Amino acid sequence: MYDAKKIIPGLIIFALFFTFPFWFNLGTAAYTTPELELPDPEEHEHCIESTEYMRAEHMAMLDEWRDIYVRDGYQEYWSELNQEYFLTSLTKTCMDCHSDKEKFCDRCHEATAVDPYCWDCHIEP
Amino acid sequence: MKSSRRKFIKLAGLTALGWSVCPSLASARSNRYRKIPGALKADRWAMAIDIQKLSDEVMQKAIEACHRLHNVPDIDSRQNVKWIWVETFKTLFDDQVHAHQMEGKEKLPLLTLCNHCDNPPCVRVCPTKATFKRHDGIVLMDFHRCIGCRFCMAGCPYGSRSFNYSDPRRFLNNDELSPDYPTRSKGVVEKCEFCAHLVDQGERPACVEAAEGVLFFGDLSDPDSEVRRVLRDRYSLVRKAKLGTEPQVYYLI
Repeated sequence: MYDAKKIIPGLIIFALFFTFPFWFNLGTAAYTTPELELPDPEEHEHCIESTEYMRAEHMAMLDEWRDIYVRDGYQEYWSELNQEYFLTSLTKTCMDCHSDKEKFCDRCHEATAVDPYCWDCHIEP
Repeated sequence: MKSSRRKFIKLAGLTALGWSVCPSLASARSNRYRKIPGALKADRWAMAIDIQKLSDEVMQKAIEACHRLHNVPDIDSRQNVKWIWVETFKTLFDDQVHAHQMEGKEKLPLLTLCNHCDNPPCVRVCPTKATFKRHDGIVLMDFHRCIGCRFCMAGCPYGSRSFNYSDPRRFLNNDELSPDYPTRSKGVVEKCEFCAHLVDQGERPACVEAAEGVLFFGDLSDPDSEVRRVLRDRYSLVRKAKLGTEPQVYYLI
């Protein structure tokens, strides 16, 4: 190999840099799902859709709701799970049960370092 | 498999057909949403203001009801935000004023708000379609989409739009916010929306409720509606009619 003296140290430095996030975070606590304060299971058996769906898709659902509410004037959403219509409203439907923003919304958003700007305008109940 | 030009064209035709039909089939099942059953419906909402019955008290009641419901701040400067407010006859109808007007009529205070034009210039100039005209004629703002370019403010000949130069919550009492309507954020334009959210719930606009018998609200396409009735009976004006924006707030003289 030509210039092995330069290439091999170069590769080592590159590998170190490339794996920086892994060895830098060695020994720190692994990510755990934050403990959320859920509404009373006696009163509410489940959310308007399944927990798995809500966990993965709530942001897409809220995005769809805001468009369909503001632009098309549809104010009610049919929940197949509950066989019932719900208002397409963050503050009137979601936060009617999940009423404590700090103990529900914020805990996950902080843990995953996302900063949604819903509450810049919408008013927490 | 023997291929031929005829067979290829047949297949291509079928594919094109499938492509055009499938998306519309997929969207046809979107019955997951519905409008509230008791929503008020119209082809063309309009408002009429009886200027003979307008008093300071009635105007303040209408303004108070609107600005409370929609969390509109009261800022003591030129950056104030207005949805419905008081202006003199001379300012509103500057193309109708002449040198020999009845004494004092120029200074007559009148109520004014967004005219919900049938041909709205604000909608035409908005680059993000944040402002749009609904099928029932209401010119609505989608605050989520507004980028604060203020083209609409330049486009509106009635000065009906306000810009949030700073966070409006600084000027609102945060313990007394109306929970039924969001505030706005810095850098967003706002205006009257004929209480579209109330109309969709089957209620009349807040100002109309507050100024019962002075403001009339109804469907212009329905000959029996309240608005059509008062427009038939009384002489009326609209602001800057010659601009062709077709304003839908009528002043009963």
